[in-house]
Amino acid sequence: MFMFEKAIRGSRQYWIWLFCLLCVILAGLAFYLYQLNLGLGVTGMSRNVSWGMYIAQFTFFVGVAASAVMVVLPYYLHDYKAFGRVTVLGEFLAITAVVMCCLFIFVDLGQPARVFNIILYPTPWSLMFWDMISLSGYLLLNAMITVVTLTAEREEVAPPRWIRPVIVLSIPWAVSIHTVTAFLYSGLPGRSSWLTAIMAPRFLAGAFCSGPALLILFCLILRRTTGFDVGQKAINALSVIVTYAMVINVFFILVEAFTVLYSRIPADVAHLQYLYLGLDGNYHLVPWMWLSVLLAAVALALLLVPSWRRNPVILPIACLAVFFSLWLDKGLGLIVGGFVPSPLDTVTTYTPTLPEWSIVLGIYAIGAVMITVFYKIALAVHGEIGEADVHVPAVPAGPADR
Amino acid sequence: MKITRKDFLRLSGLSFLAGGAMEAARAIAGRSSAATESQSTPVAQSVRWGMVVDLRRCQKEKGCTACTDACDAAHNVPRLADPQHQVNWIWTQPYETVFPFIQNGYAEQSDAGIPVPLLCNHCASPPCVHVCPTQATWKRADGIVMMDWHRCIGCRYCMAACPYGSRSFNWVDPRPAIAHINPDFPTRSKGVVEKCNFCEERLANGLKPSCVDACPQKALVFGNLADPNSEPRQLLRQRFAVQREPELGTGPSVYYLV
Repeated sequence: MFMFEKAIRGSRQYWIWLFCLLCVILAGLAFYLYQLNLGLGVTGMSRNVSWGMYIAQFTFFVGVAASAVMVVLPYYLHDYKAFGRVTVLGEFLAITAVVMCCLFIFVDLGQPARVFNIILYPTPWSLMFWDMISLSGYLLLNAMITVVTLTAEREEVAPPRWIRPVIVLSIPWAVSIHTVTAFLYSGLPGRSSWLTAIMAPRFLAGAFCSGPALLILFCLILRRTTGFDVGQKAINALSVIVTYAMVINVFFILVEAFTVLYSRIPADVAHLQYLYLGLDGNYHLVPWMWLSVLLAAVALALLLVPSWRRNPVILPIACLAVFFSLWLDKGLGLIVGGFVPSPLDTVTTYTPTLPEWSIVLGIYAIGAVMITVFYKIALAVHGEIGEADVHVPAVPAGPADR
Repeated sequence: MKITRKDFLRLSGLSFLAGGAMEAARAIAGRSSAATESQSTPVAQSVRWGMVVDLRRCQKEKGCTACTDACDAAHNVPRLADPQHQVNWIWTQPYETVFPFIQNGYAEQSDAGIPVPLLCNHCASPPCVHVCPTQATWKRADGIVMMDWHRCIGCRYCMAACPYGSRSFNWVDPRPAIAHINPDFPTRSKGVVEKCNFCEERLANGLKPSCVDACPQKALVFGNLADPNSEPRQLLRQRFAVQREPELGTGPSVYYLV
């Protein structure tokens, strides 16, 4: 099947890396079984904060998945040749992120054995149904595109013509996955901090900086560990994309804050107050939210100066800052902050528990395994048609191995 | 033409997907038309169950928990030690958190801290029903918002959607926390959402909800809101009543006389 034979030949280093990931996965699995046995009460979630890390991480990774469009669009629609080598990496990242999203949703379900009820009783007026359609469709499209283009590349022939409309379709589809995910939240009458029309645009802006930032980091790691170079031109172009998207993202956040703070509607202000100043003596998210602000400021400062942006030492720092700023903002504050204060004005502390973190890390590790294997396949194909054998792509994932 | 194993696997995978997609499309087409029929409100609705809570009467009995106790006993609602895992069908919250819009800055002294009984509002346009991805929660023709604990997948989208905090999730197995199991009503498993059902099992037998019967002050008045002569309708004509967050357009069936 699909060149997986390339992934089962690797150096010692490669196997050690995969083994370590396997251990993290097994730990996550063990805690998942524990959660399955005792119920979601083993997490930090509660009647007032009824969604936590799982859904927040799901939201964040939908963005990472959607961001593949930032390499696909210039390469296929504008024939931007510099993205020739990075495009397949972006598509593989999208596939991995979508699978992680599905896992995050799955571990959040109280009755996972009934998950197929979503298909058995299709409910088109529920946004959750459309999220399932858009995510699974996106997974299918990207799987098809990577298989076909990479096979063609290995055979050293042009990809079949019918794949082009599929690729073009994947572009609006990428936008749709994050739009539908934003609609999950922005259509709820009782949650004032989510009830904003800018949610979907803000999600997309956040996605288009955090995803490509992660992709740049992967490219830099590949260059260092395997010698596989996507080309400085591609990296520079990606960093420009990250810069613009980050500026737009920060702009959207400020726009949102203005409306809330200048109108001074108490119910709307309360959510921001909880996140950035603390509410009713509850400050536990405040340092994290300010860290996100600080990281965003640092990232913008580093990215906006062209010579810094091109500097091989500064660029990864800027990318890490973008990634973690968004990770805190979208992967933590947005979801938890939407629940506090509750409709009945209750301020509830949400602290993810050890089982919860372990399960999240387990899913990160699954993502890391997928990226490692996929990138190894991609590099092996490039290696076959390019120079000699390619070495190990020791690809550490994002926050999983901090 | 020779078919390799790879081609065979690809073809069977694709046909499997195509078959599944067609099945899904057919199901959506069939169900959505059925659903629009059932969701549209009939012009002359003959029954719409509702409740009027008389806070003045309720206040007379200080520290009273009769409604909660009766409901919990009738519906096997667990009493869990951890307040964060609590399951609530009918419970109380302080007046000022329930009706923030009635606060005028001066009346708080008299009203502050008054416990207000809360329950599912059985909305005319329930957000929880709109978001549920499996139709495990739905609105009956008589206005009761129902819950199928066997279909619920535990995604808790309804909890995020409910503007009243009326839905509870079973974070742990509730059964060990039920003092006396009522054999006439099902217990729930962990991992599903539940809420007040307006005692539809009692209504079916011509009885009133157990909280209504249990209230020593007769502060809970239950009846048919579609009938102009019903008890709740008479009260709503005579006294000033509010609903919780009416501006959201959910149309709660529970009214409060303040």
